[in-house]
Amino acid sequence: MLGIGKRDTTILLVVAFMALAAPIILNPFPANSAMAQFNAGYPDLMQRFVIFGIFAIGFNILFGLTGYLSFGHAAFLGAGSYAAVWMFKLLSFNVIPAVLLSIVVAALFSVLIGFISLRRSGIYFSILTLAFAQMSYNLAYSVLTPLTNGETGLQVYTSDPQYLRGEGDPIVTHLFGLEMRAKETLELGPWAFDFSVGYYFCAILMLISFYISIRIFRSPFGLMLRAVKSNNHRLSYTGLNSRPYALTAFIISGAYAGLAGGLLAAMDPLAGAERMQWTASGEVVLMTILGGAGTLIGPVLGAGFIKYCENIFSKINENVLHSWFAALPDGLETGLVWVASKFVGEGWHLTLGLMFMLVVIFLPGGLVEGGQRIGRALRRRRGQDEPGRSAAKEPAE
Amino acid sequence: MTTRNFTRRGVMKSTAVTAGGLALPTIFTGSSAAAFTNEPTGSTVTLGFNVPQTGAYAEEGLDELRAQQLAVEHLNGEGDGGMLNTFSSKVLDGTGIMGKRVEFVTGDTQTKSDVARATAQSMIQKDGAVMINGGSSSGVAIAVQGLCQEAGVIFMAGLTHSNDTTGKDKKRNGFRHFFNGYMSGAALGPVLEQAYGNERRAYHLTADYTWGWTQEESMIAATEALGWETVETVLTPVGAGDFSSYIAPVMNSGADVLILNHYGGDMVNSLTQAVQFGLRDRQVNGNNFEIIVPLYSELMAAGAGEAIKGVYGSMNWNWQLQDEGTAAFTRSFGEKYGFPPSGSAHTCYVQTLLYADAVTRAGSFNPCAVVEALEGFEFDGMGNGPTLYRAEDHQCFKDVLVMKGAENPTTPFDNLEIVEVTPVEQVMYEPDHPMFAGGDLGECNPGE
Repeated sequence: MLGIGKRDTTILLVVAFMALAAPIILNPFPANSAMAQFNAGYPDLMQRFVIFGIFAIGFNILFGLTGYLSFGHAAFLGAGSYAAVWMFKLLSFNVIPAVLLSIVVAALFSVLIGFISLRRSGIYFSILTLAFAQMSYNLAYSVLTPLTNGETGLQVYTSDPQYLRGEGDPIVTHLFGLEMRAKETLELGPWAFDFSVGYYFCAILMLISFYISIRIFRSPFGLMLRAVKSNNHRLSYTGLNSRPYALTAFIISGAYAGLAGGLLAAMDPLAGAERMQWTASGEVVLMTILGGAGTLIGPVLGAGFIKYCENIFSKINENVLHSWFAALPDGLETGLVWVASKFVGEGWHLTLGLMFMLVVIFLPGGLVEGGQRIGRALRRRRGQDEPGRSAAKEPAE
Repeated sequence: MTTRNFTRRGVMKSTAVTAGGLALPTIFTGSSAAAFTNEPTGSTVTLGFNVPQTGAYAEEGLDELRAQQLAVEHLNGEGDGGMLNTFSSKVLDGTGIMGKRVEFVTGDTQTKSDVARATAQSMIQKDGAVMINGGSSSGVAIAVQGLCQEAGVIFMAGLTHSNDTTGKDKKRNGFRHFFNGYMSGAALGPVLEQAYGNERRAYHLTADYTWGWTQEESMIAATEALGWETVETVLTPVGAGDFSSYIAPVMNSGADVLILNHYGGDMVNSLTQAVQFGLRDRQVNGNNFEIIVPLYSELMAAGAGEAIKGVYGSMNWNWQLQDEGTAAFTRSFGEKYGFPPSGSAHTCYVQTLLYADAVTRAGSFNPCAVVEALEGFEFDGMGNGPTLYRAEDHQCFKDVLVMKGAENPTTPFDNLEIVEVTPVEQVMYEPDHPMFAGGDLGECNPGE
């Protein structure tokens, strides 16, 4: 279907189902129960899931296929956001021109950075991209203040021109009148599910991005990128110049990052310089590796996992912990709360770090490998282990 | 590379998915029944406390959180009631807000606008918060204030000292109790004239964001009015850690006063390093070299230790004040946590009480009713003397404290001493003052 193989179609359909049903899947607990703390099905977080999913999918096209580890992808995310907010300031709150321009700006920016950085490979490439990203961050933070509004972040003011804005247009971001923040709440008994326009807009773009990424993975071009990863020297000895391929991959992944940045701004019209900071670049590397570099679905899983930790664990404070352990004797309760509080609230980075270590040590193929192992174990137990499909030969996809 | 086989099942599946995708937007056309965002319908009401728990301003943020929890206790009738007993408005009776028990959720802003907006969004969308309180940086406060305006909830700003919060970036749904850069300058001016005279040359090191810029602007205006000369202004990144490369050039600049427009951990580092470089032992132009920190806090003073002795600055409030409200708040905070509250803790505590009071007086949680109740509200007994919430810009007007690093502190908590309580008339300005011009409150937004 759609020009992709059967297995890929299955993956695409699974992702499509997860994305479209996310408001229900992510809200498994009734709204007023104690477990509602762990619900993630509110629009802002779901939007982040799919937006950072797009970011990671794009990063994976570069890192997963060519093996070039870029530590500066946040620069494209930030450039995309700034471009989108400028479109809101100058044209109107319609998201279409903003998203388009963010892709174009980020792609052009990645031509520049990619052209220079790809003269080197390995660690030197990583350091070059990191340097460029930090330069962009510092420029956005202070030097280019008229363009970026520095640390305060670029925002839309009522005094901005907005030349294309019609009379009755909403004063929030919208898609031809359909407000991004509009949502419909479906209440089923104690459960409440939020379906938001902004989320579905992002989710549909994520599915398109995912589909394009599948096509790239399966194309002759994708095969060439894998050849760059497995042995760049041999490739050049056969008389092929691999740099244009790597540059194309770099630009495509830069455009993906720009799209993600544009969508972030479309959901919330503010662009801050910290979006370009090296921690943001590191985050997308973490997402890709945590989920499974070089796999199709891995980056999306990794993005979801990290954003979940950041938004859910960081909000568990000592009061919440006390209410969980309230049934225990006093001394024990205080002790448990003390230990647990190091891993949640402001300590959520610690949890994330531990998870990352565990995944890298025990599941080098990321969460995807974990899923495969579970799948295999189940199959073995049912006695259906096919001798022809041994695990080692299976590519991690 | 590609395979194309249209099976009947495959086509049907894809058709169903596409149709589902296309049909989805139509379910958004209905309208919801609530009158405003997060109308509390149960027996509780949720407030969101959005403070930095990590990063350069974490110390301030954690102290704000302590005060906010204390405010919730007092609103729910637990503890000794604190400032509820001294507050001039008597509608709050310790039964929560309008009979609803107060609950709260917390978030970590990391002192980053993006993160702060995400945590505030989750409080509004997931936890149903009707009011967001907090922010230990003006950049963050302005970003979150804009979000609250769009979402239709009330924003009670915590520690934010930039002129822009109630100037260029003011919003109808946002309120600030804390003072601002202009007030610091206006209060410090006369004291500095008396202490250091009219012929001084000032060098500014300024945190590079909205607060630093407006603070610098205000201090330049105040000092140049005294006849001082501004030698140089240098912007430094927030969270720089090491300021030695910025301090070395000060020595050869011919300046005899260093004004540090820094806050939090940055101010601790820059002041300590300036003292270690021996700036204060120098004689320039026949004057002793002096350092000024326009915005002081207890936590910074504690961090800087010996370095702050004799350094002038200003504060919104200090626990050493002698009025009833201050005594009540300091007592209940001290009993709970074992040390006196900081100025940032005070402002968050007061803001939470003011919000609860405004809701009760308005008889509704509707943001528009709350805005109406707070605009032009005059109150007393909150530690700052008679105070006005001005309707034109949602800024509180009250006395400002000029402080000085104590020469001989007796405890770790009285390392600052009050030099002067500048009366409110002296720090008053018109809403359209050039430093505050260009903003527009807009209309109140109840959301939904």
